[in-house]
Amino acid sequence: MNSINQSGWKPEMGNAGDTAPATYTGNKALMLEEALIFEIGTAGTTGVDLADAPQVASRLGNLERHRDIGLPGLSEPETVRHYTRLSRQNYAIDLGFFPLGSCTMKHNPRLNEKVARMAGFADVHPLQPVETVQGAFAVIHELAHWLVTLTGMKAVAMSPKAGAHGELCGILAIRAALTARGDARSVILCPESAHGTNPATAAFAGYAVENIPATSEGRVDLAALKARLGPDVAGVMITNPNTCGLFERDMREISDAVHAAGGYVYCDGANFNAIVGRVRPGDLGVDAMHINLHKTFSTPHGGGGPGSGPVVLSEALAPYAPLPFVDKDKDHYRLVEEETAGEHHGSSFGRMVAFHGQMGMFTRALSYIMSHGADGLRQVAEDAVLNANYILRSLEDVLEAPFAHSGPCMHEALFSDNGLAEGFSTLDIAKGLIDEGYHPMTVYFPLVVHGAMLVEPTETESKATLDQFIGALGRVAERAKAGDPSLKSAPHYAPRRRLDETQAARKPVLVWREPEQAVAAE
Amino acid sequence: MTRYFTEDHEWIDVDGDSATVGITHYAQSQLGDIVFAEVPTAGATLKKGGDAAVVESVKAASDVYAPVSGTVIEGNNALEGDPALVNSDPEGEGWFFKLTLSDSSELDSLMDAAAYQAFVDGL
Amino acid sequence: MRYLPLTPSDRQAMLGVIGAKSIDDLFCDVPAAARLDGPIRGLPNHASEMAVERHFSELARQNMTASHHPFFLGAGAYKHHVPASVDHIIQRGEFLTAYTPYQPEIAQGTLQMLFEFQTQVARLFGCDVANASMYDGSTACWEAIGMAGRITKRTKALLSSGLHPHYVSVAKTMAQYTGDTLDTSLPELSAQTDSARLLAAIDGETSCVVVQYPDILGRIEDLSVIAAKAHAHGALLIAVVTEPVALGAIKAPGDMGADIVVGEGQSLGVGLQFGGPYVGLFACKEKFVRQMPGRLCGETVDAQGKRGFVLTLSTREQHIRREKATSNICTNSGLCALAFSVHLTLLGEKGLRGLAQLNHALAVQAADRLSQIPGVALVNDSFFNEFTLKLPKEARPVVRALADRKILGGVSLGRLYPNADALSNGLLVAVTETATSADVETFAVALQEILA
Repeated sequence: MNSINQSGWKPEMGNAGDTAPATYTGNKALMLEEALIFEIGTAGTTGVDLADAPQVASRLGNLERHRDIGLPGLSEPETVRHYTRLSRQNYAIDLGFFPLGSCTMKHNPRLNEKVARMAGFADVHPLQPVETVQGAFAVIHELAHWLVTLTGMKAVAMSPKAGAHGELCGILAIRAALTARGDARSVILCPESAHGTNPATAAFAGYAVENIPATSEGRVDLAALKARLGPDVAGVMITNPNTCGLFERDMREISDAVHAAGGYVYCDGANFNAIVGRVRPGDLGVDAMHINLHKTFSTPHGGGGPGSGPVVLSEALAPYAPLPFVDKDKDHYRLVEEETAGEHHGSSFGRMVAFHGQMGMFTRALSYIMSHGADGLRQVAEDAVLNANYILRSLEDVLEAPFAHSGPCMHEALFSDNGLAEGFSTLDIAKGLIDEGYHPMTVYFPLVVHGAMLVEPTETESKATLDQFIGALGRVAERAKAGDPSLKSAPHYAPRRRLDETQAARKPVLVWREPEQAVAAE
Repeated sequence: MTRYFTEDHEWIDVDGDSATVGITHYAQSQLGDIVFAEVPTAGATLKKGGDAAVVESVKAASDVYAPVSGTVIEGNNALEGDPALVNSDPEGEGWFFKLTLSDSSELDSLMDAAAYQAFVDGL
Repeated sequence: MRYLPLTPSDRQAMLGVIGAKSIDDLFCDVPAAARLDGPIRGLPNHASEMAVERHFSELARQNMTASHHPFFLGAGAYKHHVPASVDHIIQRGEFLTAYTPYQPEIAQGTLQMLFEFQTQVARLFGCDVANASMYDGSTACWEAIGMAGRITKRTKALLSSGLHPHYVSVAKTMAQYTGDTLDTSLPELSAQTDSARLLAAIDGETSCVVVQYPDILGRIEDLSVIAAKAHAHGALLIAVVTEPVALGAIKAPGDMGADIVVGEGQSLGVGLQFGGPYVGLFACKEKFVRQMPGRLCGETVDAQGKRGFVLTLSTREQHIRREKATSNICTNSGLCALAFSVHLTLLGEKGLRGLAQLNHALAVQAADRLSQIPGVALVNDSFFNEFTLKLPKEARPVVRALADRKILGGVSLGRLYPNADALSNGLLVAVTETATSADVETFAVALQEILA
């Protein structure tokens, strides 16, 4: 042998049992800590190359900025690394199961992203001459046709920017219709289990809000609702399927009673995913319903938006729809704006946004809808409901399911904290699930169930994923019932342990300040 | 000085025709860590049962009602800088406002300490 | 169907566990009359990825794209070059497919980004604090008017005639229902804004004065005089910025006394996108923070003392305060806020200043070139990257004629103010770093020919 292992490399397994030492950096291998851009960037650094500006005499009206803005810059590699590191501290659908009730966290197909980025949609200005954007109007018009047909309604307002904005659109249409017939009404009725946006929207539009009670089954109390209806009630806002996960069996009777009393029916369409292709809200007497394209139709949630909330309208409310909207004359699309509204749409309640709505969401949603088609969308609702019932029935012996006796659930399974050990709560179960590698379900909503846990699996999860989740949630629930103290300190394996929300709210720090400034401010 | 309680978990200490109002120990324990309190300003007119102050924890906001009608003498400005007083001493330093009673007969409908304790035990 | 993982045998097994005979059993609560017996007729069935892509390609081809033609449109939506890394970052699944950060332990990426975004926006606007975004500039503007009403307990808002007409329309829509009164007027084709009108109208009942900066015609004006008068009467000044790149060159509204500064963040990172989604920016003085709409991210520590971030002051919001919330907003514009923040991080102070300088210089050159055309006059004394030309004839048909020559030559005031004859000869022209001198020359030559 002339050279025996010259480099000295002899692989070995080391000791498996050692406790993990603290690291110099604070990092833990792939779990990398990342400072703020204000701590790592400088005012003189930039990640873009710009041409030099030609020398001209400035015409800024003597308002040139002299003070520094205080914006740190990073080079491109530092920028990409900064945000890539941050991204790895986020849970996401791409990473795992995300059963956040009421939020419909389904898979976001990448085809949607591809079509939305086609230059013909992404690189056009909203105020280009209409002749130059016929293809963009065609997308809006096609999507509108799908939405109207899937819901069995008369018309759709496409411009609202998100669900709550769509609610506002619907309530404003109701108010405009009442005003048009000289009928000033002052009250909107909402179930106690409603999303917070419903009462907030009604109040925003100038209405007083009153609660509609629920039955012990978790549905609207029809008799109580009928008793409250009268000449002061402008309408009701009802979520169907409701936030307890149940279909409102009496929806048609509710609508008839409200109409008989001269009011209108707003349906919160947040849970449309459960019934798309199986039930048309128009057949239930609904006058207005928003559709969250970022829920039912798979546009990404993006860490809190953007969303899109088109509102389908009944024949009674369609004349009051907001501006602008797209209309079609033979093969030519045109935009009905303020100037042309007088002739064609004189009773519109007005404009809700600059420009025409969330085009980037329209392309994505239409791409998804066409991919599924009428047959596939029906299958979406069926699988979403099947998955939720599978979870409900698999866990109802482990966790209290307050409405399990009320019939099948729709696309969400609801549990309560009843039966946990003294001092243990829904919050502990949620944090325990984080350690198991899941995003927790929606917690403490709806408000009508103590310690509510609302599980929405969606249709894009496999049976194997559901089975593992059922096992994990069951295990965490057993620990909470047994009073396992380690659950009170969960999560143990997330990038952060439980965060002090009390400190954050008592002494809000909402922007970064240089350390010396921060001290001076105290 | 006599202390009365309401079913909305306010307490009121009455001394002649003036009184001090706060929320009970039970109320603060249900709310959790108090992060903000908004108290009425001197001169405000309050109606029995009407909104008088706001108390907020991280995940809940509650209105504090006026146990009786009257005119506000002062709000407890200490709560602005240190809302945690409502947790640490709800029935003392964590008071919300003082008022002049406009109708002392309204006190008749309120509970005494024993009745309030029985009310809370029944919740 | 490629997005559905359940197999027929999975479905059978699961129905067995549930104790249902068929999927129809799970829909038994739907009234019989409303049950659909099969796929809705008249709609196509599912389609392959290739077929869908082909359909969209055909529609996309029918649109005239900004990057492939001389392009000069602005009026609240601006074309800037967006670095490739911005789109790469927002397409990372951990950002794209995350939700609102309700579970902060596993959402620190979004939360830290929002904290950085809030700080960037506050600094850019010269304000103490900013929120985590609104839908867009027009809705942020309305929300600011509502907020001013809550703070001042007054209902009369004075809107500058230089405020974007769509923003005015949105405010008018909402005011019909809230009891607010709006004092509005149309702009004039003049270098002078209507600040004299505003100053004369401010009184003890005024809730707020709303001024766009630079305004809809591109004019720039010192806001401190209006701020002083408003404050003397207990009113607030709301400044509206539809082109944030301008603030790399001109003073921040907050530094001139604005109490609330809102804006449209589209021009950084987001792109044109035919009008949406965009990102509303919302900043104000610290003392007003509890009256702000929308989400706020704040710094705190975790149970082991490490710095972390959470959504905070949530009791202002609809999910807790319900009908007493400061706004009904829930979903905002998180991913667009990320795009804005990444672009601004790439630029930094130096880059934003340089970009602003470049925009202004190119706009000055273009304004000089275009106003040499016989019959064409430059309306503005001051402007940043957008100015108004007065043409010798109605501008709207001119814009269409330019489009026929494959030039996207600005926004006619007739499009924005359809019933205002006095404005119909106005043409709004935006010039950013994306317009080459050849583009400007092509535009000028064509405009001269069309006007001849």
